[in-house]
Amino acid sequence: MTSSSDPSLWEGFAAVIKRDLLLAFRRPGDILNPLFFFAMVSTLFPLAMGPDPEQLMAIGPGVVWVAALLSGLLSLNSLFLSDLEDGSLDQLILSPQPLPMLTFGKTIAHWLVSGFPLVIISPLIAITYQMPVQTIGVMVVTLTLGTISLSLLGSVGAALTVGLNRGNALLSLLVLPLAMPVLIFGARTVSLAATNDAVAAGIYFLAAYCMLSVSFAPFAAAAALKISNE
Amino acid sequence: MWNFIQKLGSPPHFYGLAAKMIPWFAISGLLLIAYGTIAGLFFAPPDSKQGDAFRIIYAHVPAAYLSMMAYTIMAVTAGIGLIWRMKLAHAVAAAAAPLGAWFTFLALATGSIWGRPMWGTWWEWGDPRLTSELIMLFLYFGYMSLRAAIDDTAKADKASAVLVLVGAVNVPIIHFSVEWWSSLHQGPTLIKKGGPSIDAAMLYPLLGIILGFTLFFGALLLARIRTEVLHRERRTRWVRNMILGEST
Repeated sequence: MTSSSDPSLWEGFAAVIKRDLLLAFRRPGDILNPLFFFAMVSTLFPLAMGPDPEQLMAIGPGVVWVAALLSGLLSLNSLFLSDLEDGSLDQLILSPQPLPMLTFGKTIAHWLVSGFPLVIISPLIAITYQMPVQTIGVMVVTLTLGTISLSLLGSVGAALTVGLNRGNALLSLLVLPLAMPVLIFGARTVSLAATNDAVAAGIYFLAAYCMLSVSFAPFAAAAALKISNE
Repeated sequence: MWNFIQKLGSPPHFYGLAAKMIPWFAISGLLLIAYGTIAGLFFAPPDSKQGDAFRIIYAHVPAAYLSMMAYTIMAVTAGIGLIWRMKLAHAVAAAAAPLGAWFTFLALATGSIWGRPMWGTWWEWGDPRLTSELIMLFLYFGYMSLRAAIDDTAKADKASAVLVLVGAVNVPIIHFSVEWWSSLHQGPTLIKKGGPSIDAAMLYPLLGIILGFTLFFGALLLARIRTEVLHRERRTRWVRNMILGEST
């Protein structure tokens, strides 16, 4: 630090987000690849199962959610990897800023480049799956809450596996079982919306789960990063 | 009391103590399992609705119970290991994981065999307990693969401890969400295991076999901890002295 006054908590937090967003925009492939993957997985199902509109409508919410889960996993592996390789991870750990705050910042940046674009294009997928219009709003809300939770859960997994050889497959094995409640509530709530059932309970649950992850995951991820980087 | 705990945490002391405890656990466990098996399979009356098929609970219930118990042991010992930096606690967590995975598998297998005559299918996605047991098995797999992927034992201990604690927070949530999910499932009507009242002739063998399985699990766990301790302490003096002492 060259400046005489130390940056505040929020300045450090914002600096991490800004840095990661800048890095991501310099390499647009990192943002676009998971998006293409998401769109492609969603294309596979109609091709594999036939174009029957009723069947597509029934599987639509599940497909969108599974595809979102998988494409989120795809980009998780790189969450801390480049920082480990160029040594900036050491600087993050050594910095006087609290590490949970910094990992939280990194996770938010990760969500902004991987989860958020996915939420934006998900209505397109929903329309191709003949999903009724009233479900699209519910899907966007649940996907927003769900992908934030997944990014946070994933940050713990990514911190545990950073620097391991078989990291990528291992990461999926660690994160997927933990992500099942999000998948269940996300996909089922959208299905309920399609049949005009009450959706509030599912959305409340996802919101609660999201808050729980916001409160605990950064601390677990920070502890895991310190352990992986010993 | 504190002295006792400190002594327990010392690997050579524990290694010797566990060797003395294993036969007691194993013999009493096997006796209770034998009692439960004989009384449950031959003397308990057949169930009014399920006939003889209900008898698989004598393997299923203890296995399912131990699959949860093993994870609880792992979470508690992992927490102790992280907080008080007690190496033996990490060894206990590491030793419990494969046992927990096996009992989870056993619970799944017996549940599926029971489901065949009861539900007419080997696997019923609508049953929340079966599904959450399956997720439990995946959690065990994740834990063991993470341990296997990290070469340094101390690092593997801490990383897997963080994982098992994160998992422990999630297990109730997973269980609850799977239950919610299946309550929406419009599948065949499920037959709930066990009624509000269970006949004493069925109950006592079940309680006996649960206790027997637990004691047997304790014996297996102690034996596994012993090998784990021996492996971890292989470069220490007490292990060398013990082996040289025995061989000469």
